[in-house]
Amino acid sequence: MSVDIQTVKRVARLARIAVSEEDAARMTGELNTILGFVEQLNEVDVSGVEPMTSVTPMAMRKREDIVTDGNKAADIVANAPATEENFFLVPKVVE
Amino acid sequence: MSDLTRLTIAEARAKLRAREISAAEITDAYLAAIDQANPLLNAYVAVTHDKARDMAKASDSRLAKGEGGELEGIPLGIKDLFATEGLHTQACSHVLDGFKPRYESTVTSNLWADGAVMLGKLNMDEFAMGSSNETSYYGPVVNPWRRSRVQTTVKPTFHDGSAGFVKPGGVDENRTYDNMQLVPGGSSGGSAAAVSAFLCAGATATDTGGSIRQPAAFTGTVGIKPTYGRVSRWGVVAFASSLDQAGPIARDVRDAAILLKSMASVDAKDTTSVDRPVPDYEAVLGRPIKGMKVGIPREYRVDGMPEEIEALWQQGIAWLKDAGAEIVDISLPHTKYALPAYYIVAPAEASSNLARYDGVRYGLRVPGKDIVDMYEKTRAAGFGREVKRRIMIGTYVLSAGYYDAYYLQAQKVRTLIKKDFEDVFAAGVDVILTPATPSAAFGVADQDMAADPVKMYLNDVFTVTVNMAGLPGISVPAGLDSHGLPLGLQLIGRPFDEETLFQTAHVIEKAAGRFEANQWW
Repeated sequence: MSVDIQTVKRVARLARIAVSEEDAARMTGELNTILGFVEQLNEVDVSGVEPMTSVTPMAMRKREDIVTDGNKAADIVANAPATEENFFLVPKVVE
Repeated sequence: MSDLTRLTIAEARAKLRAREISAAEITDAYLAAIDQANPLLNAYVAVTHDKARDMAKASDSRLAKGEGGELEGIPLGIKDLFATEGLHTQACSHVLDGFKPRYESTVTSNLWADGAVMLGKLNMDEFAMGSSNETSYYGPVVNPWRRSRVQTTVKPTFHDGSAGFVKPGGVDENRTYDNMQLVPGGSSGGSAAAVSAFLCAGATATDTGGSIRQPAAFTGTVGIKPTYGRVSRWGVVAFASSLDQAGPIARDVRDAAILLKSMASVDAKDTTSVDRPVPDYEAVLGRPIKGMKVGIPREYRVDGMPEEIEALWQQGIAWLKDAGAEIVDISLPHTKYALPAYYIVAPAEASSNLARYDGVRYGLRVPGKDIVDMYEKTRAAGFGREVKRRIMIGTYVLSAGYYDAYYLQAQKVRTLIKKDFEDVFAAGVDVILTPATPSAAFGVADQDMAADPVKMYLNDVFTVTVNMAGLPGISVPAGLDSHGLPLGLQLIGRPFDEETLFQTAHVIEKAAGRFEANQWW
C-alpha cells in the first residue's frame, strides 16, 4: 500500500500537525519508504495467531478505590503557557 | 582531582565509605570535567551545579555518620527523558520548552534515596526517537571515540660498532586519529558519551528498540535493557508504552549491576511494574558459567554484515566456550520481521502518547486563529522531522480501514517473535549471544542515513527483537574494529533473568578487557 499527497494531508490533519505543500510532498516520499519496508509483514502466516496485548503475562494490579492524591491544582497548571485562577486558558471554542 | 573521574562506581563507593575521598571532591571533579568537555561533546543539555553540590554535601554528612546508602556520593547523569522535580525535563524536544515537572520519576527517586548525586540532564534523540542522537533539539552529541589507523614506522637499522653486526631498529606503531565527528548512537547518546568520556560515573537511559544497547556498543560502555516491568516507567516521558524500559549505562558490568539494583522496583504508580524482589545482581559476578547453554541464532547473520562483526561474534563464542559454556545453534525464524513490526507498533503508540503536546498544559504554544489552528501550529513548530514522521505513520496505521492490515498484523507477528524466544528457552537455552549492532559508530550527518529513514532504523536490527518480546538484553564491549572503534556483543536472557546476563557479560568483559577512548576532549 502507498499513500498519495492527499492522504498525507488528511493524516496530518488527524494528527493535528500543520503541513505546508512542501512538507506534505516530502512526507509522502518518506512515508512510502517506510510503508514499503513494513510491507514484508504480509508474508507472515498469522492464521490462528492471537495479537499480542501484553508482553509479559500479568494481571492488572488494582488498588482500592479511594482518594490517594489531589489538591494540586497549582502544580497541575504550573507549566501551562496560559492560565487564570488554576484554569487552562485556550482560544475561544464556543461563540 | 581529575583522577577521581576515572574511578568506577564500585571503586568510588569503597573510597567514599572508607572516607578516603569525599562526595564533594568527586562531584567537583566531575563538574569541572563537564564544564571543560561539554562544549565539545554536547552530552549534557543542563548541568545542575548547585543541586549537585548540595546533594554531595548531604551525602558527606550521611557518610560521616555511617549512614550512607548503596550509591552514597556517586555522581550520575540523568537522561532528559526522566522527570526531575523543578529541573530541565524536555525529552530534548522544542515542544516541551521550559517544562519543569512538579514531581520526580520513580527511577530517579530510587537513585536519590540510595544517596546518588545528580550532575545534570543528558542529551538524547527527541522523545527517544533516533539511533544517532541527531534528532535532539539541542543538536547532536559527539562520540568521544574517533576513527584511527595504525601508522607503522620502520626504524633504520644500525651498526652496534663492535663486530660489524647489523641490528634491526624495529618498528614503531602509532595510532593517528581522524578528526571526523562520529555519533554516539541513540537515543541515549548523551548518556553513553558522558559515561565513556568520564563526565559521570554512570547514567540512566531508556530503551524502546535499542536505545540503551546501541549507544553502549558505539562508545565502549555497558548498557542493559531490563525485562519489561522490572523498572518503573512512572515519570519517564512516554514514547511507546509497551516497549519502553529504563536501564543504566555504565563503564563496566559491575557498575551496571549496581545501578540496576537501585533503579529497579515495584511501583504502585506503574501497573506494569512487576512485584518481585530485586536480586543483588553484583553477587553473581565471577560465578562460573560452566555448563551454561548459550544459543547462537542463525538468523542474526544478516546480509551485508561486515566481516569484523562476524569475527567478533565468533570471538565471543570462543570465550564462552573456553569458560565451559555449551554452545548450541538455534533458530529464531521471525527475526527479520521484528523491525518492520516495530515500525508499526512503536509509531502507533507514539502517535497516541504524543497527542498530549497540544500547547495547553505545558511547553510551547504557537498562537492560532482558533484552537485547532493553535494545536496544529504548536505541533508543527514543536516537533522535529523524525518525530512528525513517526506520529504520521502511527496515525495512518491506526486510522479507519488500515488498523487490521497494519496494527493488528504487527501485533500478531509480535506474538510469533515472542514465541520464537519461548521455544528456545523451553528447549533449555539459558542465554543467547548476538552482535549488538550491525556496524561501529558512523559519522555525524551521514548522507546515506539522512536520505533514507529505513537505513537509520536498521541500526536496531539486532536489538529490537528483545523489546518486541519484553526480554532483558545487555550490550558489553568486546573488541575494536579496524578503525579502532568499539564493538559490542549482546546477550539476551529469559524474562527477569538479568542475573544470567550480568554473570555471562562479566565473563566476556574479563576476556575482552575494557576499552577507553583516546582523550582529545
